[in-house]
Amino acid sequence: MMAVESDKVTADVIEVSEFPHVAQRYRVYVVPKTVINETIELEGVRPEPAMVGAVEAAARSPNA
Amino acid sequence: MAIISEQDQQHLRDYFAEKLVHPVTLRFYTQRESVLSIPGQECQTCADTHRLLEELVALSDKLRLDVRDFLTEQEQARQEGIEEIPAIVLEGQNKGTVRFIGVPAGYEFATLIEDLVDVSRGTTGLQAHSREVLAGLTAPVHVKVFVTPT
Repeated sequence: MMAVESDKVTADVIEVSEFPHVAQRYRVYVVPKTVINETIELEGVRPEPAMVGAVEAAARSPNA
Repeated sequence: MAIISEQDQQHLRDYFAEKLVHPVTLRFYTQRESVLSIPGQECQTCADTHRLLEELVALSDKLRLDVRDFLTEQEQARQEGIEEIPAIVLEGQNKGTVRFIGVPAGYEFATLIEDLVDVSRGTTGLQAHSREVLAGLTAPVHVKVFVTPT
């Protein structure tokens, strides 16, 4: 739902059991797992402020 | 037999009538059924996802299904960053891009319903501070949430 609020955000919900190569590539051993800009990884359900904070950090990162 | 039970269809019909404000297009990238099949290239869940989405959009005149062929419409798929199918791109009042890759079954079906409402209204239930932070982003952010159906 964060992508609804910002034109900078692309949000994909990916059902990994259909795509084992994707699960392997992103080392998905726990679900949900969130990967932001291919750099920040969060495992499990995180509270909203933590998720938004991670998105903000990714946007500020020079690698973003 | 319907994928969405009659009881759930009625519940969703009422829910959409109450919650949906503006139209939402579900752009669905799939593999059209063919008499020819290439071993290893079949999309195992595309047909079921197509049926599920057809049943879903029939529950509200604000929902529209736009079916695209991943193979013959490769250029648009590439432009939209679609690498796997089935894939659903939601288009409505959303500012950013919202996509579902894989069949939206189980818990993800509920997520899809919630997202349809948010995309239709252009607003979310996020806290005011979160919305401020998101509105102030200056660089692109790609969030990938990996899930399983159960």
